[in-house]
Parts: sequence; C-alpha cells; structure tokens
Amino acid sequence: MDLGPHATFIIAAYAASVFILALLIGWIAIENRSLKRTLADFEARGITRRSDERKSTLHKAEPHQSPA
Amino acid sequence: MALIDLANPTRFLSLTGRILPWLAAATALVFAYGFWLTAGAPDDYQQGATVKIMFLHVPSAWLAMFGWVVMSIAALGTLVWRHPLADMAAKAAAPIGAAFTLICLITGSLWGRPMWGTYWVWDARLTSVFVLFLMYLGVIALWRTIDDPTRAGRAAAILTLVGAINIPIIKFSVDWWNTLHQPASVVKMSGPAIHPTILLPLLVMAIAFTLLFITLHLAAMRNEILKRRIRSMHMMQAEAAPGR
Repeated sequence: MDLGPHATFIIAAYAASVFILALLIGWIAIENRSLKRTLADFEARGITRRSDERKSTLHKAEPHQSPA
Repeated sequence: MALIDLANPTRFLSLTGRILPWLAAATALVFAYGFWLTAGAPDDYQQGATVKIMFLHVPSAWLAMFGWVVMSIAALGTLVWRHPLADMAAKAAAPIGAAFTLICLITGSLWGRPMWGTYWVWDARLTSVFVLFLMYLGVIALWRTIDDPTRAGRAAAILTLVGAINIPIIKFSVDWWNTLHQPASVVKMSGPAIHPTILLPLLVMAIAFTLLFITLHLAAMRNEILKRRIRSMHMMQAEAAPGR
C-alpha cells in the first residue's frame, strides 16, 4: 500500500488515534478490575450493602422461597 | 425485561454483563472490516492518500458531538425525570466524548498540514470543536470537584445543557461563517457528495466508532455503579466505626 508523499501524516494520525483509544479502553478495564477487587475486599470483611442485608434477612426468614 | 427495569442499577449490571462481550466482539469485527476497506480505498483525486485520515477524522467528529448529545439527554434525565442512572450515564460519557474530540482535533490537524499548509487556523469549525473539547474537560473537572455525586450530577447537568448550544454551532458553522473547513459532504439534503468507494469505508468506520462508543459507555457506566456502591460501603463502615 503506497501512502504517497504524506505517509508520515497518515501514519501519525492512525498511531495517535490507536494510542488514545488504547488508553481509554485500558483505563476503563483496569478501573473495573480495581473496583471489583475493592468490592470483594469489603464483602470478605462482612461489609455488604443495606439492600443485600435485607435480602439475606428475607432469605433467612423464608428459607423455602426461591430467590426472585 | 421492560425499559423501566433498567432504572435498577443491579438489573443494569446484569444486563451489561450479558451484552458487553457481544458488543465488544461486534466492535472488533466491524473495525477489522473497516480497516480492510480503508487499506483498499482508492486515493482521492485532490487529497491523494491523505483521504485515509478522513476515515478516522469524520467518525470521531460525529462521535464527539454524539457524546455531548448523550450527556444532554442524560442531563434531562437527571433534572426532569430524576432517573437513577441518568447522572451515571452523563459522567461515564464525558471522558469518552473528550477522547473522541481529541482524536478529531489531532487527525484534523494532521490532515490540515499537507492539505491546507497549516496545522491550525482559528476558523469557526475548528474553534467550536476546540471549545467542545474544553467543555468536556470542564464537565469532568466539575464532577471531580463536588464530592456528593447527587449534587455534582445536578451541577454537571446544568452545565451540559448550557453547553448543548455549541452542538448546532459546530454543525452549521461551515454554513453560517466563511471558513477554511469544507462544508458537509455526507449528511446533506441532496445526498452524499462522496464517491461510493470512499463513502463505504467511511460509513463502516463510523459504525465501528459508534459501536466502540456504546461499548465503552456501558462499561464506564458499570464502573460508576460499582464506585457508588463502594462509596456507600465506605460510609456504612464509617457509621459503624466505634466512637460514633
């Protein structure tokens, strides 16, 4: 593929776009992993959300009821 | 699942967990097809091979504006309907929109140097897109400045709706003012003014960019829900701490 006399500009445009998008994708993916780790850490220490506490109380009170 | 069910963050998380892998795969496939078409696209009779920059520049420009439109709809959701996911959607869209705007500015400059003889001119189209980039940074800064997400969401929603005036200014700047930037050649009343051999890769790349935006937006919204859960757990932990 011959990019002609302005190949440098074309390659630079594609490289810059790929670099910015890779940073964005990487940031979102890494943040997701870190948040999941933090949540798992909280749950391991027995700290759960109020809604989860209510759910577990309901399940204890009605053990035969299938979860919705 | 009814649309109203998506107001429940837990249901939203389970839905995104199911559809994100498919969306990511579809995005990768359309990008692969788009790059293949781009590589085989003929040179333009005036621009030569630099037309290949357009396959990045035009879709990123569309997505830069689309990002602000998404944020504006989410801002209405926050202020008018008080939808529980609206401000999360707005906050998640801001960095993605900013990234696409930055790509648009960089690729535009790299196309401008060989074609116009300059990287930058302060004409209406370029300036209004640069203002859009600054507005994205402003909204991101506002989100980070106010600690309480609900208050930050309302403030950001007002700023977003005020900034929405810039979207028609960007779109019609080439018609309203005498600019160096060319007028619309794809979305116009008389139909596209581009040869099909160049229009097809452009549209495929636009679909790929749009799919990427949707994928990243859903993933970022998922992160925002998790952040708020962690925040509420931190607060519960502080409340339960001895001495309170």
